[in-house]
Amino acid sequence: MSGVRVLVGTHKGAFILTSDAKRKKWNVSGPHFAGWEVYHMNGSTADPNRIYASQSTGWFGQVIQRSNDGGQTWEPVGNKFAYDGVPGTHLWYDGTQHPWEFKRVWRLEPSLTDPDTVYAGVEDAAMFRSTDGGQNWQELPGLREAKGHLWQPGAGGMCLHTIILDPSDAQRMFVAISAAGAFRTDNGGQTWRPINQGLRSSGELPDASAEVGHCVHNIAMHPSRPNVLFMQKHWDVMRSDNAGDSWNEVSGNLPSDFGFPIAVHTHEPNTIYVVPIKSDSEHFPPDGKLRVYRSRTGGDEWEALTKGLPQSDCYVNILRSALAVDSLDSCGIYFGTTGGQVYASSDSGDSWMPIVSNLPAVLSVEVQTLP
Amino acid sequence: MIRVVIPHHLRTLAQVSKEVEIHVDGLATQGAVLDALESKYPMLRGTIRDHVTKERRPFIRFFACGEDLSLESPDIPLPDAVVMGAEPFRIVGAMAGG
Repeated sequence: MSGVRVLVGTHKGAFILTSDAKRKKWNVSGPHFAGWEVYHMNGSTADPNRIYASQSTGWFGQVIQRSNDGGQTWEPVGNKFAYDGVPGTHLWYDGTQHPWEFKRVWRLEPSLTDPDTVYAGVEDAAMFRSTDGGQNWQELPGLREAKGHLWQPGAGGMCLHTIILDPSDAQRMFVAISAAGAFRTDNGGQTWRPINQGLRSSGELPDASAEVGHCVHNIAMHPSRPNVLFMQKHWDVMRSDNAGDSWNEVSGNLPSDFGFPIAVHTHEPNTIYVVPIKSDSEHFPPDGKLRVYRSRTGGDEWEALTKGLPQSDCYVNILRSALAVDSLDSCGIYFGTTGGQVYASSDSGDSWMPIVSNLPAVLSVEVQTLP
Repeated sequence: MIRVVIPHHLRTLAQVSKEVEIHVDGLATQGAVLDALESKYPMLRGTIRDHVTKERRPFIRFFACGEDLSLESPDIPLPDAVVMGAEPFRIVGAMAGG
């Protein structure tokens, strides 16, 4: 019988939530890596039993864990993330140049076809690849040549947090970096170019339409339409119909177009989800009401989804990697909060229920749909 | 044998008890002990000191015989009591938080 496995990274460990296809009764395992920050866990679509986890603390640095049995057991693999050659410099807060320094892995993205190939998005922003199941990591240095000397960290750090692999073209990948922007490669990661035309950051950048410097929070794509991208920017929800060559705003009637995650419905490529947050100064839902917003028109026209979600006195945040969808016939939507709740909907967002309510602050949520 | 006490999170990572025993060939310096520890438990590489520069991570301290050896050169021999196994070499996570 099919089911789902929800991979939850938190501020103090990882949790794995499993259910059958009904998604009503859940089993919770964890904490795995108790006491460590788990920025991200992600499973291989080529082998669902292969899962990678990014585990770190300020004391002991970065560890990468790998499971070959769906998260029941784990083994630490390679944690040496050395920038290619002389690391060079990027823009610092005071306008000077500052050396690139590895801090942590924000994102792990397994190859769509090979469970031993996995990409890592790191802070300070760069992309690494392993082709041996995470034992050894090599940087794709061409990314930092895309005006990397002009990238400048925001308050959350200069992190590469989003990696999207194009299922129709193995040479094409998209990444997003906080306070730097979105970038695309068409040759397997050898060279990259900024894809930020149409983004406007008038409150954050001296040149509102600069080629780099935009604070992209998250990007989502439906695998059937790899040229259509949806973006939650610092402010503004954006859409591109040409693989990022240009962007148009689709914030429409959202109560706030500030937010962190964005996701696309598994079976409806034009149905997208965001979770509006009041502002960049107040990271909680407007009016204390936790509302997921759904657009069935690819943006611009949004409806609030509230059934089962707290509609008063709710002041949690939903971070950029904490919203995910499953691929069961009735699409499931999942998100985690900084208050330690993980909510699930098994009906495309029409209604919600908490799977767990008292975890540490949730940093990331991914879902595996199991055969 | 040299006794090494490692902090909680590294014990769970290496799946060992609080104290491990390390054999060091040649002069028992701080660097040699850490080399031997990382050789026996490779998952600890990068968690105590930098992979490349071998510099101690900022929130890690090294104690032995009631002394803080964190700022000592890694090439200076450890105290005799540590070399003889009478006292452990302690790897400590710094206090943090409120």
